Amino acid sequence: MRHYFTILSQEIRALLYSPSTYIAAVLFLLVMGFIFAGILEVYSKTPQETPPAAIFFSVFWIPVFFMVPLLTMKCFAEERRLGTLETLLTTPVTTTEVVLGKFTAAYLFYLLLWASTLGFHYILQVYARDTRFLDAGPLIGGYLFIAVSGLLFIALGVLASALTRNQSVAAILSFTLLFGLIIGLKYAGELTALNHGLLSPLRSAVDSLQIASHVEDFTHGVVDTRQVFFYLTGATLALLFSILGVEAKILSS
Amino acid sequence: MTRATACMSDSPETTIEVSHLVKTYGSLTAVNDLSFTVKRGEIVGLLGPNGAGKSTTMRILTGYLPANSGSVRICGLPVASQAEATKRHIGYMPENNPLPEDMRVSEYLWFRGRLKEMPRARLRERIDEVLELCDLKRNRHRILGRLSKGNKQRVGIAEAILAEPAVIIMDEPTIGLDPHQILIVRDLIASLRGRMSVIISSHILPEIEATCDRVLIINSGRIVAQGSPAELRQEIFGHTTYRVELAGDRENLAADLAAIEPTLKVATVGDCGPDGFCTVTLQTQSDADLGEPLLAALPPRGYRVRSLGRTQPSLEDVFLAATRRSWDARVPDKPTVNGDSRPPLPRI
Repeated sequence: MRHYFTILSQEIRALLYSPSTYIAAVLFLLVMGFIFAGILEVYSKTPQETPPAAIFFSVFWIPVFFMVPLLTMKCFAEERRLGTLETLLTTPVTTTEVVLGKFTAAYLFYLLLWASTLGFHYILQVYARDTRFLDAGPLIGGYLFIAVSGLLFIALGVLASALTRNQSVAAILSFTLLFGLIIGLKYAGELTALNHGLLSPLRSAVDSLQIASHVEDFTHGVVDTRQVFFYLTGATLALLFSILGVEAKILSS
Repeated sequence: MTRATACMSDSPETTIEVSHLVKTYGSLTAVNDLSFTVKRGEIVGLLGPNGAGKSTTMRILTGYLPANSGSVRICGLPVASQAEATKRHIGYMPENNPLPEDMRVSEYLWFRGRLKEMPRARLRERIDEVLELCDLKRNRHRILGRLSKGNKQRVGIAEAILAEPAVIIMDEPTIGLDPHQILIVRDLIASLRGRMSVIISSHILPEIEATCDRVLIINSGRIVAQGSPAELRQEIFGHTTYRVELAGDRENLAADLAAIEPTLKVATVGDCGPDGFCTVTLQTQSDADLGEPLLAALPPRGYRVRSLGRTQPSLEDVFLAATRRSWDARVPDKPTVNGDSRPPLPRI
């Protein structure tokens, strides 16, 4: 693991130097800012039962769909296209170190972007001059959800990048994977075919994989270890497949 | 030098040992039963037409690609089972020398040095050293993507020798360079002689001839000829050629030549000029230099000699002959020499 930090710092440096990072960050803050302003507008018109933070986090999938592919598409696809993956893997580093280093860098940046949205809540509090608007509970739960689910989302992006040498293919693939995970499972949950008695185990599995309901649980202060376990194992699995993918692509190169 | 010397004490003579290496891509056999060894401090050139298996062999040596069968030992360690350990002894520059485009030269070398487990203090000195060696001092803060081809190539070489590995593997180090830069790179490689084992592949044959102690000619994944350039000439052609410009009665020339050296024959007689001088090509099986005997023996026999030269078949001829011969049927007429995977070649 001695090379892990070398690769991590190199990846963070690359992220900070790359203009696409800043474009992604600006896009992210712009979209999130509009969403937040929209939520506040609704709240100013009619009283609502849920705290604004809960609504804010329930649309987490909008930034996830474009941020995660943008952040992770470069990881391996670009290195493979340039041929620098070969020079990287002929030094005494293991594929595991490379995958983990790149994953951590993208994950840290993802967290940093989300952390910057804390500013929205702070500004709201300063201008509203009312502490009721800054309800810490849903905020902590929401950011915890972002941190935990981000592991899986970023790992899926890394996996997509490990499977191809083309950045745009990697981006589309990771978008598809995320779409299937977030929206696909939501629709699978609405299938009436699953209501048949024989399929009840499948039904309960699909029901417990509703990511939208996970957000709701987290923002209401319910941290279900089963959900945390799902994201952690999912991320581990995706990273394992990334390692295998990188090594398998070398064999066929 | 610590790591390089560590390797050398483990295995004093041989740094690279390849035996019966086979690599296939589906139905295509890229490397077919390849065996060779490289001694410490030796510079070995890998020659072969496109698709001969040079790059594949190099990639297997670095541990990047696994082989189907056979074994590779770097500094006595098997690459297949101890890839991480052997990678510490190798400096590798792949074909086309890929570099990250958005880094600066010194940053890149720092990153690579850290990956190669060099201590920070040593790395700082060493970067200055290699920049000096590769004449990159002025470019140390420039961005890799904006460097000229020659400078990029030098960054690749600087990176390969950075950690002072015992083995340096360079795939076409001089490709795309201008003659001046080729000279610099050649000197750079020659300066490694005796300290590090170097394997280079190249298409530029004079290049290989000038730098390498030994040449391996590979075709369709097999070694078709190996030895020093001089040995290869002797082995492939089996004769030496002299070119003489002489005037005089040539009727008895064949007999006169036989008197000087029994195997000396007239190969061709070229155009004769108005002054009576003709260009005659002589061939001999003898290894001895016949220049002086010829000069001494021809004038007393009534010939006037204007010039005499020994024409060497270039490595290019050797290469073409060796690779062409390997397509043809092989005639095994001598027992396989130790560590020599190729069947012997028929002589031309």
